[in-house]
Amino acid sequence: MSDEPGTSEAQPRTAPIRVLIAKPGLDGHDRGAKVLARGLRDEGFEVIYTGLRQTPEMIADAAEQEDVDVVGLSILSGAHMTLLPRIVEMIRGRGMDDILIAAGGIIPDADIGPLKKAGIAEIFGPGTRIGDIARYFREHARQRT
Amino acid sequence: MADGPALLTAAVGGERRALARLLTGIENQDPAFRELLPRIFAATRGAHLVGVTGPPGAGKSTLVTALTREYRTRGRRVGIVAVDPSSPYTGGAIMGDRIRMMEHAADREVFMRSMASRGELGGIAATTWLVAAALDAAGYDPVLVETVGAGQAELEVARLAETTVVVEVPEMGDEIQAIKAGLLEVADVVVVNKADRPGAERSARQLRAMLAGAGGRFAAPPPILLTVATTGDGIGALVDAIEADRERARSADRALARARNQLLRAVAERSRRRAEARAEWEATVAEIAEHRLDPITAADRLLGK
Ligand code: B12
Ligand SMILES: Nc1nc2c(ncn2[C@@H]2O[C@H](COP(=O)(O)OP(=O)(O)OP(=O)(O)O)[C@@H](O)[C@H]2O)c(=O)[nH]1
Ligand SMILES: [Mg+2]
Repeated sequence: MSDEPGTSEAQPRTAPIRVLIAKPGLDGHDRGAKVLARGLRDEGFEVIYTGLRQTPEMIADAAEQEDVDVVGLSILSGAHMTLLPRIVEMIRGRGMDDILIAAGGIIPDADIGPLKKAGIAEIFGPGTRIGDIARYFREHARQRT
Repeated sequence: MADGPALLTAAVGGERRALARLLTGIENQDPAFRELLPRIFAATRGAHLVGVTGPPGAGKSTLVTALTREYRTRGRRVGIVAVDPSSPYTGGAIMGDRIRMMEHAADREVFMRSMASRGELGGIAATTWLVAAALDAAGYDPVLVETVGAGQAELEVARLAETTVVVEVPEMGDEIQAIKAGLLEVADVVVVNKADRPGAERSARQLRAMLAGAGGRFAAPPPILLTVATTGDGIGALVDAIEADRERARSADRALARARNQLLRAVAERSRRRAEARAEWEATVAEIAEHRLDPITAADRLLGK
């Protein structure tokens, strides 16, 4: 209907990037996740914050229903090597192939390589500036339309 | 671009990822999905559209969770749309309503979607009702819509929902009246949540007195119920009250009032877009800025009158 040029009355506006910020596992450190959620909002992202103690299945369900462009996992508990790969598997296993999955928190350098191999696109440690995270998401999130 | 008709078919057939992507297309007002609207409406199954509104922090999300639990025990599949405000400065938003809805996170018979208001005043986004219609088409009934924490002005939900639940909390003092009058006027069901706090009975009495005097939109004043959303107290009775309103909501006068509001909204939105898309839009804006043209004449001209 409005595909032909000239009938521009229903042009899509450029929609904000939707990001799910989740805290997997039994990890009460939510300060970083909240700082990140607020910071990304201020950068123009639509951020869905799930709160604490999310299972991999809950995170995959939320990502699916919310149709997010990015899943951001914040983890400071030390359980990242078991939890993060399971979350990636579950998200990909449901056919969400084009969602960018990133992580941050307390993750030792030695674990970064294996996590990337497991499908975590990038990992951001303490002190990362929100602006840098926002730029990374803008550059790497899937393009709609 | 995703194939809209295929997504709709899959969504109606119960594929959640397809439904989620359909909702995104609607929300982004993607032209490919614009064509799909008549089909979505044709596919709706008559779900009960319930709006839940009230001041920030009144317990709307907690209440929606408790309502969902009750509806699930009654064998219903529940759709939820939770709207949060977009920042007017950056267009970004934080949507935290899922935090309270965790217990339904893995329930395949519940579908929850967060929406940012994207510049709309009135407590819901421009496309919220289309998203609700798509959830209806996918077989969710009821569809519960939580608005942005509402003040006086955010009453849009009541114009479009079949049943509007206004959530209040117990308060001391009498100054509540003036603030609440607007919200109460649109209520089909009034809830005094946080009834575990002191003053709940008294607040309910005050509200009852106000409503009895007010007259309201329709004949009978709305029922007032006490709930504790965190424990589930009073939720069974609340669902009964919402269900009882379902038939009333489908009476000719209320159905027409709702349709009229939907049409008014759509006309405003469509004519705005049409006018903005005209080549002479910017020149017209400049003319008004230079006081060479008044805005009303300009609007008539842009809309082809
Ligand atoms: C504050 C703090 C607490 C507070 C938490 C308050 C809260 N609500 O968040 C309290 C006191 C409650 C606490 C408790 C504990 N803590 Co503590 N805590 C810290 C501390 C000092 C700072 C964390 C913080 O808030 N940083 C500020 C935020 C803004 O930074 P951030 O979270 O790192 O986030 C940034 C980046 O990492 C990144 N980021 C984070 N997440 C994400 C996600 C994505 C997607 C992206 C892109 C980026 C990103 O962006 C953010 C901005 O730059 C750290 C030490 C440290 N220096 O990190 C220990 C630390 C995390 N805690 C630790 C421990 C052990 C505990 C306890 C187990 C202690 C105990 N024995 O009781 C408990 C466990 C609590 C629980 N239930 O989980 C250890 C963890 C060790 C490990 N993982 O191997 C640390 C590292 C201290 C240490 N050196 O031993 N803690
Ligand atoms: N004591 C008590 N607390 C409640 C009750 N219902 C909700 N709360 C608490 O009130 C706070 C706000 O609840 P929400 O459900 O997030 O309120 P909301 O109206 O959705 O908030 P916004 O979406 O931010 O406007 C939470 O801490 C809840 O646990 C209740 O019946 N009694
Ligand atoms: Mg809420």
